[in-house]
Amino acid sequence: MALVLFISVNYTLIIMKKFISDLIVKKNIVLNDQYFLLVLESHDPLPEMLPGQFVEVKVDNSSTTFLRRPISINFVDYHKNELWLLIQVVGDGTRKLSTLQSGDLLNIIFPLGNTFTVPENKQANILLIGGGVGIAPMLFLGSYLNDRGYQCKFLLGGRSASNLLQLEEFSKYGIVYTTTEDGSYGEKGFVTQHSALSNEKFDMIYTCGPTPMMKAISAYALQKNITCEVSLENTMACGFGACLCCVTDSIDGHVCVCTEGPVFNITKLKW
Amino acid sequence: MVDLSVQLGKIQLKNPVITASGTFGYGTEYSDFMDLSRIGGIIVKGTTLRERQGNPYPRMAETPSGMLNAVGLQNKGVDYFIKHIYPGIKDINTSIFVNVSGSTIEDYIQTAEKLNELEAIPGIELNISCPNVKEGGMAFGTSCLSAAQVVRSVRSVYKKELMVKLSPNVTSISEIALAVEAEGADSVSLINTLLGMAIDAERRKPILSTVTGGLSGPAVKPVALCMVWQVAKAVKIPVIGMGGIMNAQDALEFIIAGATAVQIGTANFIDPTISVKVLEGIEDYLIRHQFTSIKDITGSIQL
Repeated sequence: MALVLFISVNYTLIIMKKFISDLIVKKNIVLNDQYFLLVLESHDPLPEMLPGQFVEVKVDNSSTTFLRRPISINFVDYHKNELWLLIQVVGDGTRKLSTLQSGDLLNIIFPLGNTFTVPENKQANILLIGGGVGIAPMLFLGSYLNDRGYQCKFLLGGRSASNLLQLEEFSKYGIVYTTTEDGSYGEKGFVTQHSALSNEKFDMIYTCGPTPMMKAISAYALQKNITCEVSLENTMACGFGACLCCVTDSIDGHVCVCTEGPVFNITKLKW
Repeated sequence: MVDLSVQLGKIQLKNPVITASGTFGYGTEYSDFMDLSRIGGIIVKGTTLRERQGNPYPRMAETPSGMLNAVGLQNKGVDYFIKHIYPGIKDINTSIFVNVSGSTIEDYIQTAEKLNELEAIPGIELNISCPNVKEGGMAFGTSCLSAAQVVRSVRSVYKKELMVKLSPNVTSISEIALAVEAEGADSVSLINTLLGMAIDAERRKPILSTVTGGLSGPAVKPVALCMVWQVAKAVKIPVIGMGGIMNAQDALEFIIAGATAVQIGTANFIDPTISVKVLEGIEDYLIRHQFTSIKDITGSIQL
């Protein structure tokens, strides 16, 4: 069980036991030329994990990759004992991970970081916005909210149709709106230009994606007085609060994204 | 059973494996992963007289076989440590040292005085070698005169184990070691990080917000090993070796070069249980070579 500590009005620290485990690669599914999905399974029952949390993945046999890679949790299936990681190839480390094959072992430290705040009102109109690899935590969050009786809507954006991933998975948990920059799928433009944002009134927005996108959504939420949480990505050395490398500037000064985040209410960030 | 205990000046450690400051938080960050009481010592995060926010992001750059950091001594200050952190760590059954840094000699003195009162802190590591702060830090550790001055001042108020952490960014680290030994340091620890930098060629910008930072990890190990060997020959006080130790083999190299104990730093990030594994590996080595004590191999290099 997770012990939730409200250490101050500003941050919710989640104290959950952390594990170092070798998980088995069950499947490595190529989604397009940039993205792949690792379906990992565990011999032992997986511990409870919360949406927004991440894992630190050890990258073996890469001469240029020294540190672990923080990867957000895409989905957890406790019945099948599966943990999904949606990964974008951005450098040598993630490229090495893309070559993993069924049966390989992957060493991870998990679960790390905090989680999203679930609204009190079950009738809340909730929008989950994901851009690029930032859609990864939104699937887990959507399934989590859906399991608890909330109605979610998703707004997913990509450069073109081939960049819109896991649409079938998302549609299991709510209505899916999409945008593409080239207009090849859904509405043309950025997620921030989608008609739903002007046609509907949302009570809660969760978002993860490129920083300019999250900043634009934050500005929209602040203007409309909508509660909004963002999931940040920063380079990390440890992932569990020891190195103090992954700080972001908040109203309380420098705070670690790995422990005080990665999820932040937008009113706490100095953007 | 082999005897793993080591004598560091005034105090005895149960074994020679210590976790390095800035890489192990306050120890509690690692308690899910390992039994903290197994290791010989913990050196907690660099502590200053007043709270420091540290440097802006980005503070870290991964480099081949290592990393650069420019954290800049982010901490909440010594009073916060005493009031809020010390009560939660004082009962961990290992030797806990506080790494102390300052911008002025007066800062060092006041911080050391406050820590001298803490029963469960048997010593401090005086950081005169941090490359990531504008004033103080490394500025003290790069000349014999200023290194001697700060050690002399702290020695006059601090009565327990005084370990001094040395910078490798000097012409002769042995001369600095001799200077701090002469002022009453009980031991020296080395090396702190090497000054380095990384550039994003696409943007033609430095990766670190501070442009330069401190290099650690296996990339620095041969440099560190050489300096530990040189200093161990020069001084009579114990030398604590560190720099890129990733496994027991690395740790043994430092001990054979003359280190009484070792510190594990950057490796903690990649394998949070590495300090226990290093300890077990040292013990296996001693058994395999039929030594009865770690002291039998300290400085045992065959030239």
